Amino acid sequence: MSAVSHREAASGGLWSRMSLGQKQVIWAWSFLAVPLVFYVVIRFWPTFQAFYLSATDWTITKPAAFVGLENYWRLFEDPLFWQVFRNTFMYLILGTPISLLISFVVAYYLDRVRFMHSFIRALYFLPFLTTAAAMAWVWRWFYQPVPIGVINDVLSSFGIPQQPFLRSTSQALPAVLAPAVWAGLGFQIIIFLAGLRAIPVTYYEAARIDGLSEGAILRRITLPLLKPTLVFLVVFSSIGFLRIFDQVYNINTNDPGGPLNSTKPLVLMIYQTAFSSYEMGYAAAQTVVLFVILLVISLVQLRLMRDR
Amino acid sequence: MRLGHMLASVALGFATLASTGAKAVEIEYWQYVFDTRVKAMNQLIAKFQEANPDIKVKQTTFPYADYQTKVAAAILAGQGPDVVQLFYGWTDNFIAGKMIRPLRAEAFPAAEIERDFFPIVSAMKRGNDYYGLPTAVRSLALFYNKKAFKDAGLDPNNPPKTLEELVAAAEKTVKRDGSGNIISAGMTLDMGGQDHQWWREVLIRQFGGVPYTENDTKVAYNDEAGLKALTFYTDLQKKHKVGQAGFMDEGQAAFRAGLAAMTIDGTFRLGSFGTIKAFDWGVTELPANAQGVRSNYASYFANAITTKAEGEKLAAAEKFLKYVSSPEAMKVWMEVVGELPARREVALTPENIAHPVYGPFLKGLEYAHTTLFKDEAAQRQVAIDMANRVLIGGEDPKTSLAKAAEAEQAIIDRAKR
Repeated sequence: MSAVSHREAASGGLWSRMSLGQKQVIWAWSFLAVPLVFYVVIRFWPTFQAFYLSATDWTITKPAAFVGLENYWRLFEDPLFWQVFRNTFMYLILGTPISLLISFVVAYYLDRVRFMHSFIRALYFLPFLTTAAAMAWVWRWFYQPVPIGVINDVLSSFGIPQQPFLRSTSQALPAVLAPAVWAGLGFQIIIFLAGLRAIPVTYYEAARIDGLSEGAILRRITLPLLKPTLVFLVVFSSIGFLRIFDQVYNINTNDPGGPLNSTKPLVLMIYQTAFSSYEMGYAAAQTVVLFVILLVISLVQLRLMRDR
Repeated sequence: MRLGHMLASVALGFATLASTGAKAVEIEYWQYVFDTRVKAMNQLIAKFQEANPDIKVKQTTFPYADYQTKVAAAILAGQGPDVVQLFYGWTDNFIAGKMIRPLRAEAFPAAEIERDFFPIVSAMKRGNDYYGLPTAVRSLALFYNKKAFKDAGLDPNNPPKTLEELVAAAEKTVKRDGSGNIISAGMTLDMGGQDHQWWREVLIRQFGGVPYTENDTKVAYNDEAGLKALTFYTDLQKKHKVGQAGFMDEGQAAFRAGLAAMTIDGTFRLGSFGTIKAFDWGVTELPANAQGVRSNYASYFANAITTKAEGEKLAAAEKFLKYVSSPEAMKVWMEVVGELPARREVALTPENIAHPVYGPFLKGLEYAHTTLFKDEAAQRQVAIDMANRVLIGGEDPKTSLAKAAEAEQAIIDRAKR
C-alpha cells in the first residue's frame, strides 16, 4: 500500500512539483507550438531549401547536381535579369510614392467629409476586394485600340491620336501599374483615415486658437503624428510593388511581362523559369536575390523612417 | 499468441487482395481535364473493358496548368499513371526524367507505325524506339469570314490559295477609320497564337529555307529565307497595313467578334468558332507560295507507358495503348472531340477529305512538319519578341532575326545539357 503511493509520487514528481504559473506556461507553449511548428515546416523549411536549391541545377525531371554559384553568375550575366531588375524598381519607385500621395490626399479630405462618408469610403475600398485577375482583364480591354478600347475612344473623340499603351515598350509599365495603384488605394486610405482619427483633436484645437494656418497644421501636426502610419504603409506597399505579379501576368497573358519584357517583374521571371522552363535551381537563385532585395529595402526604410 | 493471430489475418487479407488483383489488373490513365476529351476517353475505356474483362482502367484528370509538374512529381514518387497523355514536345523531358519507357518493338513494330500513321509521329521517336503514339492530331488552316468576303466584293467560296492572294484579300477586307486606325482587320497578326508556328514551319520553308537542322537542334533560319519570311509577316502590318498585332488582344478574339476577315488557327479552335452565330465562316488550306509549295504545322498529344508499369500492368498498359491508338478509337475521338485521326487510313477517307471543315486540315497533315521543341513556351517567346522588335521597336528585321536565332539557339543548347 505504502509502496504504491510512494511510486505514484515519484512518477508524477516533476509535474506536481511545478507551480501553477509554470504549468500554465507549459500549457501555453504546447498550444503555441502547433502553429509555430506548422509555420516552420511550411515557411522556414522551404526557405532554407530554396537556398540549397539555388546551388543546384535541379529541373524536376533530372536529378539535382551541386553547381555552386553558377546560377548566380548566369543571373548576373543575363541581360534579362537586369531589365527585370530595372522594371521591378520602376514599379517600386513609381508605385509607392504615387499611391501614397493619392491615398493621403483622398484620406485627408475624406476625413473632413461628413456627407455620405461611409459610402465614399466603401467606393474607394471596393477595388481592393476585386480579384486582381478580373481587374487586369477589364483594364486590358480599356487599353485596346479603337473601336474597342474605352480610353482610346475618349482620346480620339478629343482629336488626340490613339496611344499604344500595352503595345508600347515605354507606356506598358505605367499602364500596368495604374490598375495596381488603383486597387491598392482603398486599403491605404482606410489606414490613413485610422491614423488621422488617432491624432487627438485637442492638438488641432490648440493650434487653431493660436491662429495657425491649415497648411502649417498639416506640416507641423498632422504629418509628424502620422509618421508611424506612414512608415507602415511605405514598407507595406514597397513590398507589394516589389512582389507585383498577378496584375502583370493577367493583363498580357499571351506575352506575360511583354512586350519585349518591358513590364516583366522579378517574380514573373521566377515563375516562368520555374514553372514554364522547369529550371528550378536557377529559379531558386532568383528567389534568393529577391529575398535579399526585399530584406535590404525593408531594413533601410525602417531605419530611415525610425523616430530619432 | 494474439499477435500471431493478427499477423495471420493480415496475411490472409493480403492473400485475398492479391488473388482478386490477379483476376482484374487495374491500370491508371492520366490526362488533363477537357470536357470532350474526358468524355471520349470514358467511352473508349468502357469499350476496352468490355473486350478485356480482366483489365480495369481508372481515368484521372486534372487542370492543364499544372499537368506536367504533377505527372513528373507523381511518377518520380512511384505513384501516378501507367499510361499517360503527354504533349509531343515534352517527350525529351519525360525521357530524361525516366518517366516514360520505350514501346516494345514486338508489341509496336516501328515499320507498322511508320506505314499506318502520319509522318509527324516521328516526333515520338528517339533512336530506334517510339515512346508513345497519338490518337488524334491537330493541324493549321486559314479561317475566313464569308460575310466579310462578300461585303468586300470577294467570292466567299473562293478563299485565297496563295500568299499573294492572301495579301490581296486582306487589303480588300480591312477597314480603317478616318485617321487610318484599323477598325476591322483583314488578317490577324498574333505571334502568341499560332502565327509563330506558321512563320517557323510554313513561311520559312515557303521562302526556301528550313527552320532548323540536325533534328531541330541547330537554328537555321538566320538567312535569306528567314529574313524574307519575317519581312513578309511584319509587312502585313507595316507595309500593307491589313492587320495589327494586339488588335482585339488576340487574333482568335478578333475573328470571333467578326472584326477580322482571316486568321490562322488550329483544329482545336473549331469548338470555339462553332458557336459563332453572327456570320458564316469557312476553312481553307494554308496558302501556298508562288511555286505552289505548301507546308503546315501539326502537333498532338500522345499516349505513353510510364516506367511505373511493370509485369502484368505493363502487359495491360500495352493492350490499352494499342486500343486507344486503334482505328476504332480514332473514329470515336473524332466524333466526340473533333480532332483528326492520327492514322492515314482513318483520316483520309473520301468522305473526310470532302468535308468542308475537316478537309483542309487533313490535306495539311500530308505535308505538315512538327517542331521538336525543347521549351515550347520559351521558343514561342523568341518569335513573339522577334516580331515585336520590328513592329514596336522599329528594328530592322535582319537584326531582329539574328537576335532571335541566337536566343533560340541558347535555349536549345541549355536544354541539351
